[in-house]
Amino acid sequence: MTGDAHHRDAVARVSGLSKNFDGAEKPALSDVSLEILTGRVTGLVGPDGAGKTTLIRILAGLMKADGGEVEVLGGKPGRDLADIGYMPQRFGLYEDLSVEQNLQLYAEMRALPREDHDETFARLLKFTDLDRFRERLAGNLSGGMKQKLGLACALVKTPRLLLLDEPGVGVDPISRRELWAMVQDLLGDGSETGQMGVLWSTAYLDEAEKCDTVYLLSEGELLFEGDPARLTGSVDDRVVRLTGFEPRRRQVLTRMLDRSDVLDGTIQGRSVRLLLQDKDALKGESGFDVTPATPRFEDGFIERLGGGPKGTSALAERYRRIEPGSGPAIEAQGLTKRFGDFTAAHDVSFSVPYGSIFGLLGPNGAGKSTTFKMLCGLLTPTDGSGAVAGHDLRTSGGEARAALGYMAQKFSLYGELSVQQNLNFFAGAYGLKGSDARAAVERVTDIFELGDRLRTDAGTLPLGFKQRLALAAAVLHEPPVLFLDEPTSGVDPVTRREFWMHINGLVEKGVAVLVTTHFMEEAEYCDEITLIYRSEQIAGGTPDELKAEAAQMADLDDPTMEDTFIAMIEASDASRQESEAA
Amino acid sequence: MSAAIDKRRLFAMIAKETRQILRDPATGLIAFFLPILLLFLFGYALNLDSTHTSIGIALEDESAAAQSLAGAYQNSRYFDVHMARTVQPLRDMMISDEIRGIVVIPQDFGKGYARGNPPRVQIITDGTMPNTANFTRSYAEGVLQTWLANEAADRGTSLEPPISLSLRFWYNPSLQSRMFLVPGAIAIVMTMIGTLLTSLIIAREWERGTMEAMMATPMHMAEFLASKIVPYFLLALVSMVLCTLLAVFVFGVPLRGSIWGLLAISAAYLMPALGQGLFISAATKNQFVASQVALLTGFLPTFLLSGFLFEISSMPTWIQAITYMVPARYFVPSLQSVFLAGDIWALIIPNIGILLLFGAGFFALCIRVTKRSLD
Repeated sequence: MTGDAHHRDAVARVSGLSKNFDGAEKPALSDVSLEILTGRVTGLVGPDGAGKTTLIRILAGLMKADGGEVEVLGGKPGRDLADIGYMPQRFGLYEDLSVEQNLQLYAEMRALPREDHDETFARLLKFTDLDRFRERLAGNLSGGMKQKLGLACALVKTPRLLLLDEPGVGVDPISRRELWAMVQDLLGDGSETGQMGVLWSTAYLDEAEKCDTVYLLSEGELLFEGDPARLTGSVDDRVVRLTGFEPRRRQVLTRMLDRSDVLDGTIQGRSVRLLLQDKDALKGESGFDVTPATPRFEDGFIERLGGGPKGTSALAERYRRIEPGSGPAIEAQGLTKRFGDFTAAHDVSFSVPYGSIFGLLGPNGAGKSTTFKMLCGLLTPTDGSGAVAGHDLRTSGGEARAALGYMAQKFSLYGELSVQQNLNFFAGAYGLKGSDARAAVERVTDIFELGDRLRTDAGTLPLGFKQRLALAAAVLHEPPVLFLDEPTSGVDPVTRREFWMHINGLVEKGVAVLVTTHFMEEAEYCDEITLIYRSEQIAGGTPDELKAEAAQMADLDDPTMEDTFIAMIEASDASRQESEAA
Repeated sequence: MSAAIDKRRLFAMIAKETRQILRDPATGLIAFFLPILLLFLFGYALNLDSTHTSIGIALEDESAAAQSLAGAYQNSRYFDVHMARTVQPLRDMMISDEIRGIVVIPQDFGKGYARGNPPRVQIITDGTMPNTANFTRSYAEGVLQTWLANEAADRGTSLEPPISLSLRFWYNPSLQSRMFLVPGAIAIVMTMIGTLLTSLIIAREWERGTMEAMMATPMHMAEFLASKIVPYFLLALVSMVLCTLLAVFVFGVPLRGSIWGLLAISAAYLMPALGQGLFISAATKNQFVASQVALLTGFLPTFLLSGFLFEISSMPTWIQAITYMVPARYFVPSLQSVFLAGDIWALIIPNIGILLLFGAGFFALCIRVTKRSLD
């Protein structure tokens, strides 16, 4: 690999780069060096707030570095903009222009010769499969289609440097895979696009594994650079899977994580996956079977960050024990929501017992948010019924809402209020008064170690602390039911582990959890999953059951949750097309 | 980034902006529906004329002359008259705002008049509403003068005061406020389009993330600004023409000047109006804040401080000083004179000069704040 790098040209080179923003606790970038070579995908990987966007903007000439050298296409950044394709996070599309008009605009801006317009547009529209939607307004495209149009606009005049800022964010796994394949196609064909240098930024660590070279950023610092296989290789024989144990898997995970020779652990269906300090750490112990597991990029990342958190949740230890009522904690019976002619959710039914996690999975716009909102009492079902902690949503919506804690990774905190003010507000909002409220706020402040930051504005907190604060606010009133809306997308793996460590602890205390996600790792934590696609439940079961089903359906060997998800959606599309054809 | 402005990119950006304008229903609403609404509002609903003002007449004298004078007030089309024997009940009515003024015809009015003395009539007005008080007084005096003239004519003698004052209201002889309100409304409409509408458009690009994508192309910032100015300039002129047609053909406002004078002064006014809107938009980068700032610094001053509704010469000195900072102050009088008097170039040309200076100032500010950078 390193051998042929000498034959490639660098289209961009950065060394010792630093960038500070006023009022920020830490520099956005400090001493970052990187090289983008032609003909390959360079991954810029890291959680939200790592500095990826800042680095890309500096390369695109949109921001100035505070220190260090930046060379783009052999000159200063911002000079040869016609030769740079840039796709910002929100794709940079004009939503009130049609697909074709967007392409036309970018073609003119980048001075694509007029005589080449028709041919180029035809090629790009075919390539992105948007030919049918030429006349459609960009605003009326789905997330995945917008992303493809964004790519087409960046490619309208074949650039020498293609900068893609989190093209996969907010887009379902299928669209993400398609986009990846498209970029691979561009580099693979022998034409001039093969001579492009591509910088692909992502918060999804599984995408990192597919890049030719990876730069791993965390809080502005470069943690790793080079072939992703090298990072994965560093943990090679220390990743194991535990199976065949007796107690509940969450208890096993907690016990394992509390050991000093276990660096990290997650739940994968019925089994527990661990990263060990030493490959022989579990030798000779009984009560479970140990098999080697495939190491992932994320394992290497966690190790570089110093390992994941320990297993015992301080939150769970101080949480009240939830006494299960007679019925299930959450129940949905034939929930249906129609908006005019459009059915957003059709006949969704499930029930969640106390002490378990239930996942609603599906691509964007599939209907999972609608279902979620009906159960929160934010939307009135057109048909069907639901109950939370035994309170019927139609007759006692207020009681139902009081019994649940709600957390979304985005939007749920008031950025202009301090940590203390946010907690006080949510204590009041959940009906806690006087000394109860004070005690609850003190308790979560203590558990989540927020004491030093009580006066800080929530909006300026580092992402990890925002995450903690959001969870702290949701559990102030010790609810028996928790609703989580994409709780950990974009956060770094250590913060994510910490979050799920708390959730796992709460579930052991009897709390019922409903989570919506299109993030596959979160799905692995679920006891049961229902897959929603085109407003319908297309599959359901435990993660292991779903994987087994998908393995059979698509003839896959040991599929990941993402493979499973994609296989099931493709199968659903295929059967729908058949029935439409018939 | 290339140093020169590229025609192709500029046309592409203008085409894009035009498409957005045509597709956005709000633009049509502000550019075409709003002018019509405003014109009808100022043309019909808002009326500064004093037809039917309520006044009281304290008829303390019972002579034929006094009765006749009271009758003259009752027959006047300007007044609704409440009759009383003394001032007292009328005073209460004035306090409770039922009437705007009192005409007192005193006890010895008939006797004195019969002796040939000048008639003694007292006119009391409500000083808390100076505008109304003023025209109530002048109309009340007018009625008295007319009555005296008629009396004299009846007796076969003509009343010949030592100096005869003959009033003429030039350019708006019937003194209809509609005549100057409608041209003024055109200034309001052009401010709405020039400042309010454009204050949203750069902020919108920032909010939607398209600004970032555009800045990553070879686009020149001057091209960007020009692409915003040209379509909105044309849109505002189209709207102005629509307003003029309505003014002339629906409201009967004369257009005594030429269409060229009208276009020249309007185009000049659009420079500061557009410049201000774009500056607000570029500086705030937020549609909500931009619209508030545009209302406060663009729309309200045009409404209140341009001489459109309130005469500048009757404002306190320090407010008069502020009006010199309001571009519309130079536009409204020129517009009114083009409609009501004609192309008075001696008035229009200096005003055009001042407006262009304001415009240049705003554009300079715009270029300062629209940096090609996200820092």
